[in-house]
Amino acid sequence: MTNRLSLSAILLFLFFSASSAQHNVRTERISGSAGDVLEDNPVGKLKVYVYELPSKYNKKLLQKDPRCLTHMFAAEIFMHRFLLSSPVRTLNPDEADWFCSPIYPTCDLTPTGLPLPFKSPRMMRSAIQLISSNWPYWNKTEGADHFFVVPHDFGACFHYQEEKAIERGILPLLKRATLVQTFGQRNHVCLDQGSITIPPFAPPQKMHAHLIPPDVPRSIFVYFRGLFYDVNNDPEGGYYARGARAAVWENFKNNPLFDISTDHPTTYYEDMQRSIFCLCPLGWAPWSPRLVEAVVFGCIPVIIADDIVLPFADAIPWEEIGVFVAEKDVPELDTILTSIPTEVILRKQRLLANPSMKQAMLFPQPAQPGDAFHQILNGLARKLPHDGSVYLKAGEKVLNWTAGPVGDLKPW
Amino acid sequence: MKLSALHQSYLNRRRSPLDSSVDASSKSFLAVFWLVLHCLCCLISLLLGFRFSRLVFFFLVSTPSSSNLYSPPFRPDLPPPRIDLTPSNATTAEAKTSSSRVVVGRHGILIRPWPHPDPVEVMKAHRIIERVQREQKAVFGAGAKGSRTVIAVTPTYVRTFQALHLNGVMHSLMLVPYDVVWIVVEAGGVSNETASIVGKSGVRVIHVGFDQRMPNTWEDRGKVEVLMRLRALRVVKEEKLDGVVMFADDSNMHSMEFFDEIQNVKWFGAVSVGILAHSGNAEEMVMSMDKRREMEEEESSSLSSLPVQGPACNATDKLIGWHVFNTLPYAGKSAVYIDDVAAVLPQKLEWCGFVLNSRILWDEAESKPEWVKEFGLLNENEGVESPLSLLNDPSMVEPLGSCGRQVLLWWLRVEARADSKFPPGWVIDPPLEITVAAKRTPWPDVPPEPPTKKKDQMSLSQGNNNVVVIPKHQQQQQQRSSKVRKPKRRSKRNKHEAKPTDTATQVSSSTKHHQERN
Repeated sequence: MTNRLSLSAILLFLFFSASSAQHNVRTERISGSAGDVLEDNPVGKLKVYVYELPSKYNKKLLQKDPRCLTHMFAAEIFMHRFLLSSPVRTLNPDEADWFCSPIYPTCDLTPTGLPLPFKSPRMMRSAIQLISSNWPYWNKTEGADHFFVVPHDFGACFHYQEEKAIERGILPLLKRATLVQTFGQRNHVCLDQGSITIPPFAPPQKMHAHLIPPDVPRSIFVYFRGLFYDVNNDPEGGYYARGARAAVWENFKNNPLFDISTDHPTTYYEDMQRSIFCLCPLGWAPWSPRLVEAVVFGCIPVIIADDIVLPFADAIPWEEIGVFVAEKDVPELDTILTSIPTEVILRKQRLLANPSMKQAMLFPQPAQPGDAFHQILNGLARKLPHDGSVYLKAGEKVLNWTAGPVGDLKPW
Repeated sequence: MKLSALHQSYLNRRRSPLDSSVDASSKSFLAVFWLVLHCLCCLISLLLGFRFSRLVFFFLVSTPSSSNLYSPPFRPDLPPPRIDLTPSNATTAEAKTSSSRVVVGRHGILIRPWPHPDPVEVMKAHRIIERVQREQKAVFGAGAKGSRTVIAVTPTYVRTFQALHLNGVMHSLMLVPYDVVWIVVEAGGVSNETASIVGKSGVRVIHVGFDQRMPNTWEDRGKVEVLMRLRALRVVKEEKLDGVVMFADDSNMHSMEFFDEIQNVKWFGAVSVGILAHSGNAEEMVMSMDKRREMEEEESSSLSSLPVQGPACNATDKLIGWHVFNTLPYAGKSAVYIDDVAAVLPQKLEWCGFVLNSRILWDEAESKPEWVKEFGLLNENEGVESPLSLLNDPSMVEPLGSCGRQVLLWWLRVEARADSKFPPGWVIDPPLEITVAAKRTPWPDVPPEPPTKKKDQMSLSQGNNNVVVIPKHQQQQQQRSSKVRKPKRRSKRNKHEAKPTDTATQVSSSTKHHQERN
């Protein structure tokens, strides 16, 4: 299987390198098998069955608050919609490799638009109870061939505060399932080994509406717009972003090379396209839509988040595209960035200019080849075939249905 | 609470008044001291926040390695944070697997001792920016679509307006984002005058001399210019220059889009040229415009009334003919000599509206289309009128600028009188005479002279044969003034006054000089 994959990868590489040679725009292909995986077509490699859950788990929530479609957690909704009309969908659950449960746990929004995760564990639990009682497929593997999209701050830990999230850990019922989440940090409770990390949702039409011609010269050296101190939740500083964002501000507010502020300019997207480096520091969680925006606009992302796991890390060589700076090295950020050799910077820009890279970060409607939906399916396909041990013998139970805080056990 | 307890103890002590008066005073002093200290602590807490005690604890307990740690200003009006942890060791929630280095909790904000930009790094950053921009330009800008060299052919000769015209063409060529080769053909041979103007351009210049003086009539001048252009094309052929040849007559004005558009020419292209047949005589122009309108009313004019020369296309954007400037309104009233005050009319088809691929001129017929004549065999004496003579089949010309709908350059002929004078190289040497004598102040006490004086100065360039720089009466005035002032002389004045008499002689020498110049 891997031999065939590598052979096809080599052939694909040769084909694409030949075709890209005629490209006028000098984009560089990520050589080797990692880059070509971006252009894999998952159709034919896997079959997904989508459960028909009652609309109280999905459509009713959306009707109640349509803002769920535009915030950064919208991936769960769009993944469901994509699968409904995708060629990988099968209506016969017996031949399915993966099972999708369309639940929108992050669609419970406050008046200001932030999702409240307090009821999400109960919603999940009730949905899984429904699935396990109405269909036999959950009990066959206790969820090992099911996948769930959990794009919230700390994934399936269902809390926005990191300590609470770590205390709770991943929902016990999802222990065996594959989690598709935006959160990724190495050796963290909320990142399961087999999880697939995806980019947060950023509206593709909005970004494409703000494109400027590529020959506009990049004149900003480093660009960042966002909070440095979260005054409402962390007035003293040092807690938000582990003090990294505050360190960026305190060290570089006087530096003319750093265009950083807490403004909300209307030309945010255009300014990113006029910058060479875009800072992507952690916030309350290590991931942010800035990474997606930086990749789409060709600005080299400077990732300041220790031990972060970036989206599609097995398909995209982030080390070659972005610059990683340890949080303790933030005071020397200017030295680090100016000491990168110019050829390396130009190479990173060429890699970023590759359209397949930009496409892999987006969730366009309708879906296009090579976009994030397809990368998720590719990731799921790479996990096939299921190991024989996931199939449980009849009557065998692994999951503990009563584990977790007492509040979770209440019906939803 | 403390205060009240102290108070009570004090009051208790007070109840035994007599024996402890000294004690009472010292204890009262202690009480006051505690009161003051308490108030002070309250005030400090109010300012710094409720965590004042914790701050003290922190400073006492934390290790000196936190020398570059910074405690941001406390804000007492905000509620205290949800989690309170001691700053340096935040381990209340660590990842369960022990190998994680990242911990949740409060971290110090690392600030380096001198958080200001380092000039060396700023320079490095600017070099990076400049290199990135260069790369962008190369990939996306002018260099992207395989840009071809622009070969500009300019016939010129030394005359008063040459500097005006050549500077205009030069600035246009300097702005072109592509490579430029400028072939300047000069009538009357190579001269320093032209070379000094053209040398400042920064583009590659081929300065060729043409052994014939430019004649005085527009018609003959046109013919000589044609020969000069052919001479330049021969240079292109000999040097095997590769690119797009365009004819930049020195009094024309080109738009930047023109240079972008001619990149698209395959073999031979034509663009629309705006013809500005101007005479400088407003009355003439009005008359000609009226005449033109008359003619339009008389006939349904198939003659174009627009001052444009260029390709004419049908509905499917195919070349079917040429728009030519209508010269009938100017019949009999056009300029014949170069310095006539009348409308200067263009030829039938001006060369500037055509561009060609330089490979047409090369010898070897490598993929040269058959409808192109062999340039080397062209006989100039047969009368080459327009560049269409270079072709066997004029219908193969490509119309550019959305089929001639865009006018990309303008044709204009403006010249000074044939006998006009100008300082060589436009450098005033020897210095002109002083026309207004200053006494002590840089500006004259005498109010500025009436305009008649200025006109006499201008007559230097447009002049009659007798150039008079200072009218006679003023010369006499100055001489008189010098005579008057002679007795009461200060040393400064001496120097000033010496000049008018000197310039009187200088005037004559300079007129002699200028006459030679012409």
